[in-house]
Amino acid sequence: MNVRRINWPLWVGFLLTLAAFMTYVSVFVYFPVTRDFPWANLLIFAVAAVFLIMGLRRGFASDRPRPTRSKVVASIVSVLSVAVFGFFIFVFFIGGRSLPASDRAPQVGERAPEFSLPDTTGKQVSLTHLLSTPVNGLAPKGVLLIFYRGYW
Amino acid sequence: MRSIEQNLENFKQAGIHPVAISVDSPETSRDLSQDQGYTFPILSDPGAEVARRYDLVHVGAGANGGNIARPAEFLIDTTGTVRWLNLTDNYWVRARPEEILEVAQSLK
Repeated sequence: MNVRRINWPLWVGFLLTLAAFMTYVSVFVYFPVTRDFPWANLLIFAVAAVFLIMGLRRGFASDRPRPTRSKVVASIVSVLSVAVFGFFIFVFFIGGRSLPASDRAPQVGERAPEFSLPDTTGKQVSLTHLLSTPVNGLAPKGVLLIFYRGYW
Repeated sequence: MRSIEQNLENFKQAGIHPVAISVDSPETSRDLSQDQGYTFPILSDPGAEVARRYDLVHVGAGANGGNIARPAEFLIDTTGTVRWLNLTDNYWVRARPEEILEVAQSLK
């Protein structure tokens, strides 16, 4: 296989696009700085775009051994990459914001609704009980209640 | 939740019990705790009943179209009063533990 025949910038661009998409959940979500705004992923997408543009130019160059195939492959890979980028933007900026308004959630100064729920061992735990359970042997000062979406 | 676990000692020193709640079964929550090394309690609210009391139900957003809680954090003092809350507008963005600890230090 002649190196000239492989449109390597195109494929590097495509792989970087996939990496930019997948590393948000597998890597960058674990660090608040790269989670709260996906800087790192957008940067990888930008580098991928540079390679893809190089790949497109190479794919459409007049000296390609099989010009039609080269153009079709470069076009399809580029469109797929743009779709992956669009999906990422959708998942982060639109999907992430589709949340209920929670207008009637208890506000600062209001009373937190009481609850009693089982823990991972099946033992019932209530808010009232937690608020009177010592922490490190001292009187407690409060409870941090964290609602999360679930692990499924 | 990972950042809460990493700061667990700081929360305890501030007299705070971190407690997580989701619609998952106790078994699923136990698996999550073991996988992730969480040592604070995780409570099971399968019918999202407590989430409803806090107006946090995200209708149909769970697996198989079930109801789940939207992400939210509340700091509650010993009188049962909310002293701080965070209702994120993007579920990828969560409260930082430093911010919560700062409020926690001011509780009596």
